[in-house]
Amino acid sequence: MKTMKKASRDSFINYGIVIAFFAIFQILAMTGILTNSMAGQLVPICAYIIMAISLNLVVGISGELSLGHAGFMSVGAFTGVVVSTLLQNKIPAEPLRLVVAILAAAVLAAVAGFLIGIPVLRLRGDYLAIVTLAFGEIIKNVLNCLYLGYDKVGFHFSLSDADSLGLSEDGIVILNGPMGALGVKKLSSFLAGIILLLVALFIIQNLVNSQQGRAIMAIRDNRIAAEACGIGITHYKLMAFVTSAAIAGSAGCLYALNFSTVVPKKFDFNTSILILVFVVLGGIGNMRGAMIAAAVLTILPELLRQFADYRMLIYAIVLIAVMIISNNEKAKQFIAGFKKKGGAE
Amino acid sequence: MKRAETKLVTVPSQNKIPERDIDKSPILEVSHLGIDFGGLKAVDDFNMAIGRTEITGLIGPNGAGKTTLFNLLTKVYEPTRGSIMLDGQELGKMSTVQVNQHGIARTFQNIRLFDKLTVEENIRIGLHNHVKYGMLDGIFRTPRYRKEEKCIHDKSMELLSLFDMEDMADVRAGSLPYGAQRRLEILRALATEPKLLLLDEPAAGMNPSETAELMDTIRRIRDEFQIAILLIEHDMNLVMGICEGIAVLNFGRIIAKGTPSEIQSNPQVIEAYLGKKKEEN
Repeated sequence: MKTMKKASRDSFINYGIVIAFFAIFQILAMTGILTNSMAGQLVPICAYIIMAISLNLVVGISGELSLGHAGFMSVGAFTGVVVSTLLQNKIPAEPLRLVVAILAAAVLAAVAGFLIGIPVLRLRGDYLAIVTLAFGEIIKNVLNCLYLGYDKVGFHFSLSDADSLGLSEDGIVILNGPMGALGVKKLSSFLAGIILLLVALFIIQNLVNSQQGRAIMAIRDNRIAAEACGIGITHYKLMAFVTSAAIAGSAGCLYALNFSTVVPKKFDFNTSILILVFVVLGGIGNMRGAMIAAAVLTILPELLRQFADYRMLIYAIVLIAVMIISNNEKAKQFIAGFKKKGGAE
Repeated sequence: MKRAETKLVTVPSQNKIPERDIDKSPILEVSHLGIDFGGLKAVDDFNMAIGRTEITGLIGPNGAGKTTLFNLLTKVYEPTRGSIMLDGQELGKMSTVQVNQHGIARTFQNIRLFDKLTVEENIRIGLHNHVKYGMLDGIFRTPRYRKEEKCIHDKSMELLSLFDMEDMADVRAGSLPYGAQRRLEILRALATEPKLLLLDEPAAGMNPSETAELMDTIRRIRDEFQIAILLIEHDMNLVMGICEGIAVLNFGRIIAKGTPSEIQSNPQVIEAYLGKKKEEN
């Protein structure tokens, strides 16, 4: 029973950190200490933290390197935009509309994850990484040339340009190819982001601490032994992959509904790598680490804005420093001693 | 150049047929089983029947095909020919996972534990197919989840108590000493509730007193769980000490079958292990 208690205590510490993070920044924002540009980063921070923990489910818990996570984010983002635009008049209450949009985004991203997961999870290691990378790019490129409009008749699709949609007078163009979605109504708020983060954390942590989560980790640790214990490999890998995709989709929706314009190019390979960097720096399989890394590395470029030209340089130096320190034996011992005192992990 | 004695075992066989009846109606029937790797017949024309609560030994020099046979029985390799019947059911096209669900569990020659999970979690993975709650129960912590988790915990502890390992429940499996890892692997296999347990060199790396203890345990497992055990082992004292039947494999073929005393005096077996005796004069 001891392990159970330790695991659930760890989970509760994570919820506590998130709530404390919310309280601190909410107070900072209200007292006006937070600059406008920083305050504008709060929702993206939440979205990136959710992306980081959802990718950690695949990379850390399931042990598969996925390089196309931004693809699911963009599926969620554009689903969210379409749904929220369509429901603008039907559901006047903004929070409710946001919830519906996020749920729709999660479902569609899960479907995408399922369809991609079936062929992809047959591969291992480098091959899996390459194919997920390709799928991420495919999703981006499809959205890049997709025009979608809506009028009384229904949906209109086109792959060439907005005029060829053939909309009637009152029709609206929702997706505008490489220009993405324009004039998106802003629905996301910091509070919504924190709630979504708590829900994502709840789902992931409880999954990891259940029999299904153990099965996923068993496959990671030793595939052959897991099979010999009667664990169906594909089923559990797919479970982790689809759950992760769904959560990434909801994060994408949160992200998209925070801006008035969303372009497909935002969710490219660099974003996938950025999220992977959060996971690797935070510690593979370590949810708390991934959350902190995502938050710090999203805030850092903003804080460094005053150094203008040097900020990406400093950012890179910080990344290298963290990598060196986290692989240094003495630093590890130092941190381990720290953890023991803190009683956590 | 005379060898004084060509004997495999220093201690004469202590093994008597136990007083109680051993159920000899077969749980496993293998006929004409074989696999080719390219031109090499790694296992060929393998026939064997194992009784329901019998301990059977599989011995043979290195490279004879013993582990290959285990991989065939658990469908890690697909047999080229022959059939495997478990409890009257043909394994045919079953996968490794299905074979386990039908009642064959195994350990590995090079230990394969889930290193990053704790000892208890390793056992829980063994119990996986007896856990009756779904993903959503786990996420939302339903009453069924709580009930089942407690039930699995109790079962795991009960299994660990078999080897007095309860106090190691929270230790990471990868950091256990070697002997404990071997024992944990056996427990994990037992947790799947098999009808037939395959042990691949259970005594490898153990000292004589540990081996003696292991012999007792293997017997105890058979008696308590009422299952059949097939084991590969190079320690002849262990094999001769606990096996009721022995099969000797050389170059992928069975060269002898019989009771321990029959095997010990079989000239072909001695030849396979020690080579031909040089003719004198």
